[in-house]
Amino acid sequence: MSSPEFSAGEAPAEKVTEVSGTGIPVRGNDIDTDQIIPARFMKVVTFDGLGQFSFFDQRFDDEDNEKDHPFNEEKYRGANVLVVNANFGCGSSREHAPQALMRWGIDAVVGESFAEIFAGNCLALGIPTVTADQADIEALQDYVEANPDAEVDIDVAAETVTYGDTEIDATVHDAQRKALVEGVWDTTALMGANAGAVRETARSLPYVPAEHIPEDEA
Amino acid sequence: MSEGTLYDKVWDRHKVTALPTGQDQLFVGLHLVHEVTSPQAFGMLKEREQGVAFPERTHATVDHIVPTGNRDRPYRDDAAENMMAELEENVRGSGIDFSDPDSGDQGIVHVIGPEQGLTQPGMTIVCGDSHTSTHGAFGALAFGIGTSQIRDVLATGCVAMEKQKVRKIEVTGELGEGVTAKDVILTIIGKLGTDGGVGYVYEYAGEAIEDLGMEGRMSICNMSIEGGARAGYVNPDETTYEWLKGTDAFEDSEAQSASGSRTESGDDPEKFERLKPYWESIATDDDAEYDDVVTVDGSAIEPTVTWGTTPGQTAGITEPIPDPDDLPEEDRDTARRAQKHMRVEPGDTMEGYDIDVAFLGSCTNARLKDLREAAAFVEGREVDDDVRAMVVPGSQRVRDAAEAEGLDEVFKEAGFDWREPGCSMCLGMNDDQLEGDEASASSSNRNFVGRQGSKDGRTVLMSPIMVAAAAVTGEVTDVREMEEVATV
Repeated sequence: MSSPEFSAGEAPAEKVTEVSGTGIPVRGNDIDTDQIIPARFMKVVTFDGLGQFSFFDQRFDDEDNEKDHPFNEEKYRGANVLVVNANFGCGSSREHAPQALMRWGIDAVVGESFAEIFAGNCLALGIPTVTADQADIEALQDYVEANPDAEVDIDVAAETVTYGDTEIDATVHDAQRKALVEGVWDTTALMGANAGAVRETARSLPYVPAEHIPEDEA
Repeated sequence: MSEGTLYDKVWDRHKVTALPTGQDQLFVGLHLVHEVTSPQAFGMLKEREQGVAFPERTHATVDHIVPTGNRDRPYRDDAAENMMAELEENVRGSGIDFSDPDSGDQGIVHVIGPEQGLTQPGMTIVCGDSHTSTHGAFGALAFGIGTSQIRDVLATGCVAMEKQKVRKIEVTGELGEGVTAKDVILTIIGKLGTDGGVGYVYEYAGEAIEDLGMEGRMSICNMSIEGGARAGYVNPDETTYEWLKGTDAFEDSEAQSASGSRTESGDDPEKFERLKPYWESIATDDDAEYDDVVTVDGSAIEPTVTWGTTPGQTAGITEPIPDPDDLPEEDRDTARRAQKHMRVEPGDTMEGYDIDVAFLGSCTNARLKDLREAAAFVEGREVDDDVRAMVVPGSQRVRDAAEAEGLDEVFKEAGFDWREPGCSMCLGMNDDQLEGDEASASSSNRNFVGRQGSKDGRTVLMSPIMVAAAAVTGEVTDVREMEEVATV
């Protein structure tokens, strides 16, 4: 898939039914968003150029020398399917984390489990977060490590991840799957269509003063 | 499926419609905005040529990058100055209230919402910050969102969400001497894990929770996200209502009721009494059904600290650090890496762990009560010679109130640096950072590697009084023993 452009602004968004490409494994449970992108790189007013800072402190030492990390390895250059373990993306709500990964080139993340805000942020960018059993994930990580040029295919609708001769029975959360497959993950456009009902809900809440609710359009 | 909980009721009251994705569209009662996660959202809005749908339901402040020392503009750090200027530009003329440093109301977004009475029971509250769960202490449904969702809220006044399960966490009994809300939440996360709350909202209940003031309830709800739960809440009660009466939102209405006059804001003098039935109506029913219930014995909780690099790696101060081999298989690698980073050994306790920095601040623990408790301990004592200690009040109002009580003098005399409000060393986005492999005793919420500004830095999370004790002794210390010494 190509990177989504928000400027289009129209629902439905691009349909994300499948993602194919080479894989890159980043191992370890509880990889938090401070590791995915350290806070000091968030002193910016756009997301442009964040890709190079993905996993920065895991990739470079104090003298900016490269450390062992899959994101530094030549063999994974061009990979777009990130394979992780449990509770990936825990911690801060920073969308800078999936934005950095997306701008590095990641189009889908496959893992044992994801923190909720991170998964939601990925969905907002059209990036599927696909889950599978620990054993299946570890086998996929081993495979990708041994076969960095081999294709990994994610079928979002069928909830499968296929590589070599193996097909993993994966899970794409219901709402996420529907949003991606039907191209309705641009929630601004989706919800903007219900402005009248929003005003009605606002008026029904005792704590919202009438003057805080915009007038109905003529 | 839960039924009759506060979560169910607030959800239903704010549900606009079901979306084709299976998510619900929820109206947002209060949108809090800060400088780090919002600029891209305002940018996306401009690209779409859309305005802010509900500016009066939106409130901004600056906290993450703001310096806590010299605050003269332009800020010395160009990046910080740019972010501040961008926020000023984005709120200018938008109708969004901005608690900027000149207003005297600036502070950490999760401190100023409650202190100004913006945060109220039965609201839906969002902010581009995972610690938005803090506001659940008031019986609000409050959660952190990403930048694309901020765009959604700015443009439509709504978020798209899926309903989650509700887990009641009942903390029974009375907390012991020297044990605070922070110790309760660290214990809960230690017990349920950093991903134990994924898919759940936490309802905190039980005697130990009811006995807490609003500050303690906020500390607990604040760290719900560290347990994987996007939101946590406490049902509103008289403690909640008393706090609200003291805030800007209702102070006026009380005064107006007495004088019979109305202020220029045109506020409704009967507001408090008018809203109270709503607040009471959204509290969890006695016969509510939960998806899960967990009970924690509050009387057994000790002063609790972290030994590792996730907020779930905790131990009571007299408890041994676990052997990774004794942990569930999925936790072993993380624990081994954490122990190597922290340079701790299984079997030892954290008591006596040398610290270089004491940080009293953050949205978890930088409210007036936190500062009062720490100051009471610090009074007449001195910060250890090898420790750099700082107090960063949660807001300008907290700072002013603390200064009015002379707490700043107590801290300064003891050797603490008394600073201006902001997020500061909780996440090291301004100059307040750990250096090299410094170890900090910190009242903040995350001990992730690199979190406090140095990738070799080591963070030990604890309560404000435990931070005060560590500052004085230069090592992680059981505050209960210090108190005994002090009274002998």
